[in-house]
Formats: sequence, structure tokens, C-alpha cells
Amino acid sequence: MPKRPTGEFSAATMADIAFLLLIFFLVATTMDIDTGLSRQMPPYNPDQEESKDQIKERNVYVVLINSSDQILVEGIPMNVHKIKEDAKKFIVNPLNKDNLPEKRPTEIDYFGEVMVSKGIISLQNDRGTSYGMYIKVQNELIAAYNEVRGEVAMQKFGRHFNDLPKEKQDAIKKYYPQIISEAEPKNIGGN
Amino acid sequence: MAKFERKGKGGIPQISTASLPDIVFMLLFFFMVSTVMRETTLKIEQHLPGATEVKKLERKSLVSYINIGKPKGATFQAMYGTEPRIQLNDAFAKVADIRDYVFAEREKMDEKERPLMTVSLKVDDKTKMGIVVDVKQELRKASALKINYSTRKVEAIE
Repeated sequence: MPKRPTGEFSAATMADIAFLLLIFFLVATTMDIDTGLSRQMPPYNPDQEESKDQIKERNVYVVLINSSDQILVEGIPMNVHKIKEDAKKFIVNPLNKDNLPEKRPTEIDYFGEVMVSKGIISLQNDRGTSYGMYIKVQNELIAAYNEVRGEVAMQKFGRHFNDLPKEKQDAIKKYYPQIISEAEPKNIGGN
Repeated sequence: MAKFERKGKGGIPQISTASLPDIVFMLLFFFMVSTVMRETTLKIEQHLPGATEVKKLERKSLVSYINIGKPKGATFQAMYGTEPRIQLNDAFAKVADIRDYVFAEREKMDEKERPLMTVSLKVDDKTKMGIVVDVKQELRKASALKINYSTRKVEAIE
């Protein structure tokens, strides 16, 4: 092959090409990453609706939101910012009080046999509740779980929950199982 | 580097444009990496609610979207009213259409991945829960049980 003279090519066109591509990506881009609160719904079963009568009252933490976005927690009106602390008490039940959920012994990796709460959080809303408020309450309830899990992660492993390997995270999730039931809404408040 | 020819008679020498491609390429790569292709045009107003405990949606191919909100702009409002509506892909839909939509989306997926299908609900925060609940019931009937309430990440809720 004849040796080519190592001439310089014009870099000016390269800029044009790159600009073209750049403009394409600028137009086609959306910067937002999808984030959200994940939930698992129960399977649809019209025959067997709500087997709640078998669950003891002390094991259920009822959060109601009415059509004017007012919140009732266990029969007491509450501000949205107070729910987290209250729900944490329900989840942990540190003093094993009678009015807070029962516990049953369970075998968990890393922890051995521990007492795990039977508590369930039941979130009920009206058809007229605004979605914004509903998400706020959901967020606070999830925050309550995340905080108690974070605390136990710190105590047991000395690290933040999110920094732990998956097996340890799963163990903690079993220790504080997150059960939030989203009941079907009642149309009481009118629309 | 070759010398650039001066066009003028003396005066200010031209700036070398050789580094321009480098800069542009840098920008280009940034946008290429951070880009997410826009799939649908929103025909509804959508201001997502904020939340602090958000998680990222991991795999885009497993996610289907359901948008709910007020029709956007005067043209759509004249056609569809101001009540919140459901938008699937590019068209307005009724609650009854959701089941078909879920089945169609599921059909597109790999058989192994079907149980992992997630439905992301992108709902405007002023929407009433009534329509959201209807959608959720419909999703349960279609056995799409993994859902995700799409939210923005905020430091603290109001």
C-alpha cells in the first residue's frame, strides 16, 4: 500500500456532525427518572371480600381519609405530619401493650427467634379524597416502616438499611413486615 | 497543526475551531447517556404528587403507564371536558379499556418476565380517588397486581 501523506483533515465538519447529533438528543431527551411508591395489590376475588372479622382489632391500625382530606387514625383526628410517629409506635410496640398488636415468635436469619408483630395497617379512603393527600399518607406510612427498619439495621449491623446486602435487608424486612392494606373505598362523604 | 490562513489583512487572528468538536462531543455523550426516549405525548395535565420515600423504577421494559388527569389545554377540554380522564399510550380511554391495555402490554413482554410486570400510575395530585380506585380494581381484575404510584422526589412533604 502506498504510504499516504499524513495530511490533516478538516475538523470543522466533525463539529457539524456532532452538533446534528447533539440537537437530536437534546430534542428527544427527557431528564426525569421515574420514581414512585411501589405497592402490591391483593388478587381480585369477588366471593371472598375482606376477611377482617378474623383479625383482632388490636392488630389493625385504621387510617381513614374522608372526602375533605381529613384524616382519622384509630378514631382520632390527626395531622398528616403526626402519622409517622404514631404508626411507628404501632409497628414496634416496644412495651408489648395490650392495645397494640400481638407478636408471634418467628425464626429469621441473622436474628434467630424473635417476636414479630402481627400488625396490619389498613388505609381507607373515600372516592372524594384527593390523590395528593392519599399519596402523602401512604408516604408517611412507608416512612414509618423505613425508619424502624433503619433503626434496627443500625442496631444490629451498624449500617444504614440501604447499604446492607440483600440477604440482610430481607431479614430486616421479615423482622418488620410491611403490610399496608388498601381497602376499597367507601362513598360516605359524597362527591 | 496546520496554520490557519488568515482571511483579513492582518488584524485579529481567527480562533482555532479544532477544540469545538471535543466540546460538542462531550455534550453529546452527556445527553446520550442521560437520555430517555419520550414515548407518548401527554394530553392531560399532570403534576405528580411529591413523596420522600420514593424508589426508582428499575427496568423500563417491564413498566406500563397509565396517566390520569384533567385534559390539557382548551382544545382537549372542549372535546373531553374538564373532569379527570385516563390516557393510555396516546389516546384517551375509559376504565373498561384498561383490561385490554394490560393484556396487550403483557403480550408484548417476554413470557418469563410477565409476572414482573409493573403498572405505573401517573396521576395528577388534584384528581379525586374515585377514578384511581376504579382503575385499581380494573387492574386487579386483569391480575396486574404490582403497581407503582409515580411521584416526584421531594425533601419533605408539605
